[in-house]
This record gives sequence, C-alpha cells and structure tokens, in this order.
Amino acid sequence: MELILLFFIFTLAGFLGFELIAKVPSQLHTPLMSGSNAISGITIVGAIIAAGADDGSWITTVLGTAAVTLAMINVIGGYFVTDRMLGMFKKKTPAKKEGSS
Amino acid sequence: MSPEILINSAYILASILFVLGLKMLGRQATARKGNFLSGVGMLIAIVVTLLDRHVIDYTWIVVGLVAGTVIGLACARLVKMTAMPEMVALLNGFGGLASLIVGAAEFFRIRGGTVMPEHPLFTATVIYLTILIGGITFTGSVYAFCKLAEWLSGRALTFSGQNFVNGLMLIATLAAGVLYVLTGDPQLALIAFAVFTLLSLVLGWTLVMPIGGGDMPVVIAMLNSLSGVAACAAGFIINNNVLVVAGCLVGTSGVILSAIMCKAMNRSLANVLFSGFGSAPAAAGAAGAGTIQGELKPISAEDCFGVLEAARQVVIIPGYGMAVSQAQHVVRELAEVLERNGAEVRFAIHPVAGRMPGHMNVLLAEASVPYEQLIEMDAINPVMPTMDVAIVIGANDVVNPAAARDKSSPIYGMPIINAHEARTVICLKRGKGTGFSGLENQLFLMPNTRMLYGDAKASLQGVVAEFKSLAAT
Repeated sequence: MELILLFFIFTLAGFLGFELIAKVPSQLHTPLMSGSNAISGITIVGAIIAAGADDGSWITTVLGTAAVTLAMINVIGGYFVTDRMLGMFKKKTPAKKEGSS
Repeated sequence: MSPEILINSAYILASILFVLGLKMLGRQATARKGNFLSGVGMLIAIVVTLLDRHVIDYTWIVVGLVAGTVIGLACARLVKMTAMPEMVALLNGFGGLASLIVGAAEFFRIRGGTVMPEHPLFTATVIYLTILIGGITFTGSVYAFCKLAEWLSGRALTFSGQNFVNGLMLIATLAAGVLYVLTGDPQLALIAFAVFTLLSLVLGWTLVMPIGGGDMPVVIAMLNSLSGVAACAAGFIINNNVLVVAGCLVGTSGVILSAIMCKAMNRSLANVLFSGFGSAPAAAGAAGAGTIQGELKPISAEDCFGVLEAARQVVIIPGYGMAVSQAQHVVRELAEVLERNGAEVRFAIHPVAGRMPGHMNVLLAEASVPYEQLIEMDAINPVMPTMDVAIVIGANDVVNPAAARDKSSPIYGMPIINAHEARTVICLKRGKGTGFSGLENQLFLMPNTRMLYGDAKASLQGVVAEFKSLAAT
C-alpha cells in the first residue's frame, strides 16, 4: 500500500512540475535551473539516514558521509549562487535614469 | 505526537515550500523570495531527518554537513558569473553522485542484513535505477564541466559506430541490472552491481562526448532533470515522500527546459544528443542554394563610432563570445553612452545564446543592465527593420541568415534573430574562424555588414573612448 501511495505522489508531482515551469520567461532560465538544481540536493535526506545508521558497517558510514558532503555542496552552492544571481537582476538603476534624462 | 508523524508533517511542509518556491522563481518580482522559501524547505527537511529513528550516530553526519557547507559556500561566493554554466554543471554532478552513493549504501545495508526491504524485487530495481541515473548524471556533468571550463575540447567528439558502442553498453547495463534484481546468489549480485555501477559512469562520459559546446544549454538542462530523477529514485528506495516529490519536480522542470532549448534550435532532443552536431567543419552551405556571395568588410573603431553616433535605434545581440571576453560591463557602458547620445538601445537575447539557458541575461544583469531592456527574440524580430544599427557581440549561429534561407545548411530551420534586417550590422569577432557549428556565417558576407575584428572587450572600449572624448570636447 505504501508503495502505491508513493507512486500516487510521484504522478501528481510530475504533473505539478510541468504546470509550474511551463510559463517561465527565458530571462529567468538560469536562476530557475540553479534553483531547481539545489532542490535536487534533497537526496541529502537519504544520505543522512545512510551516514547515521550505525549498523556496524564501515562501508555504509563512509559512503553515507561522502553522500552527505556532496549533497550538501549541491544544496548550499545551489541556493547561494541562485540568490547571488537573482540579487543582480535589477530594474532600472539610478545611473541609467541620469543618463536618459 | 510520534516522531514518525512529526517528520512526515515536516516533509509535507518542505514539499509545499519547494512547490511555492519553484512557482515564485518563475516571476522576476518574486524569484529571490521563491529561492529563499525553497531553501527554508530544504533546511526543514534536513533538520527533521536528523530526528529520524534510523539515525543513531551524528559524528559523520556533522562532518559531512560542515564540509559540504564550507565547500558549497566557497563555490557560490567565488564563482565568476561568466563561469556559471560550469558551476551549475558541477553542482548537478555532485547531486547525481550523492544519489548514486545513497543507492550504493542501501545496497550494502541490505546485503549486510541490517535492512530488510518489504518488496525486495522492487527495492533492487530502484537501487539499480538510482545508480544508473546517478552515475550518468555524475560523469556526464563532469564532462560537461570540463568542456565548458575548456579543460577539454568543447567540440563534439565522434567516432564511427559511436551510437552502436553506446547502445551496447546500455544493453550491458540493462543485462547486469536484470541479473542483479533476479539473482538470489549474493556473490553474483555483487558482481552485477559492480558492473552496472562502472558502466553507468562510463556511459555518462560517452553520452556527452558527441555533444558540442553550442548544444550545452540542452545538455545542462537534461542533466539537471536527471539529477532530480536520481533523487526521486532514491526516494523510492528508502520510501521517502519528500525525495519523490522534490526529485520529480526537478525532473519535470529540467525536461521542460530542455524542450524549450530544442525548440529554439528547431531540433529534436534525439538530434541534439546523438547526431554529433558540430563535430567537423561542415562543407554544406558553401555551395548551397540561397547562399550569399560577398566578402568580409572590416571596420575600424573610429568608423564604428561614426556609424553609432548617427544611430537612433540600436540593438545589441550578445552571444557566447561576450562571455569569453568578459565584455558585459563595457557593453553596458556602450549602451549608456549611446543613450546619452540620444539613441534607444535594446538587447536582443536568443534563447540558446551562450552555454546555458538564460546565460546572457545573467551576464547582463551582473553588469547592471536593467532587465526591461532585454528583449526576447520573438519581440525584437518584427521591429528589426526599424533598427539603424545591430551590434553582434560574439554571437554566430543565432544570427546566421542561412538558417532561414539555405536548405542545405545544417542549421536550416532554426529560428534566428534577424540581425541582417537592420540598416547596418556591426559584428565583433575575434578572428576569421567559423562558429561552433563550423559554418561560415552568411551574415558576415552581407553588403550591410561590417566586421570589427579583435577582442570584443578591447574593441568596445575603443568605441566607448571615442564617445567619451566627444562628450569631453
């Protein structure tokens, strides 16, 4: 049953994704991509569970730690670089007004 | 309230924030806030996962979180805006590798007997898919990174039978996957696991190999999608709804972006991925019907100034060359002196200009060009004949009129910015070589075109200096 529910969520999320992204102006394509890229770092949830499951196997711990690090780079790098980019998208600047007057 | 319910409620909240964040990222006014909300969603998801009953030992988690934060922050702060395509590609790769490792860790946990999956066949299948997709995403992204950073040649690398070899490898990974899922023998499963992990890594590399630099916008969007799908598959392994939702959202958004990029080039996704487009200088076009005979007519910075000084309507068409020569700031300066001179200046952006969707917009935004001035292709083309001067800065295929006229041209049918319809066209170009597609640009040969050779940044600085000395006198 749990599996069916998961597929149910999967299907709905797919449709939702299409609806959300379909009408984005091309100016925002880069931030949209790096922003959604950051979201794909959600795999960190799986990484944390693997790294923290103290089941006596060093393989799992090593793999989990590596995965946490990589996913965290993806998350932090993605969000901060997107924010930096979006901070640069400005409306008309004072300098421009001065020039056109 | 039991921790299970608390954790799952928090995951719902995180999912809502991701959806809202993505929605708000689609509009200029709300984009920054949207990104912030999505980040809050991620923070919530990470914090509550630490409360999961499966998490016993925090030492290594903290090590990973701290290391990732430091490296991620350093990358985000230090990267140059011109290097953004590489950065996105690399981050994508890390996400893909993380998913691959999550899949591998689950494999070893099940193998070690610490985890007993409820549906062993299904879990094995999704472990296989996670590793396959994660592996392709990782090495594909790393290769894309190397191409974009010019550590490796940006040209498409092809050899005869390439698609055949890739096909064989894909079949081999499938066979190893089926073997892994169905076999009861742990030794055989381990071998199959090793084989398809290795092959998926090789496949990522060889699949990106025949794709040239100019098609990178599609590849990056595609890899972005795959990194989401990998996270989604990992969600199915550990029965985690937030992974499934977030991964699926990223997966679909990447697919849509790829489709938009393909449409902007009038090519199918299959053509972009498998045709080896741009691998060799194309001979077609030279003798094809509708070609323009003419010669390249150079122009000096002084004459260029003379043309621009008289112009009232100017359109600037940037391309990858502007990124290469880091000319975005001097381009903005030029726009400013032109406006002070009484001209109206617009920037015309082709959807696939540069190496990543929206690449030019980011660079011009960095140089403080107001985004109202950035015009999309479909909006600029109808008014192009009223333009006195079109300045083409490091753009090539996206302004090549052969795409509209020459049926034998490989880029025939691709929508272009009709720069040639402007009264005068000034093309800034480093040398006399051809563009990424290997085609001689017919725009350069047209009677109303003048070539301003040299580094775009230096050339424009010369023109801007002329305007400034005029203003001084």
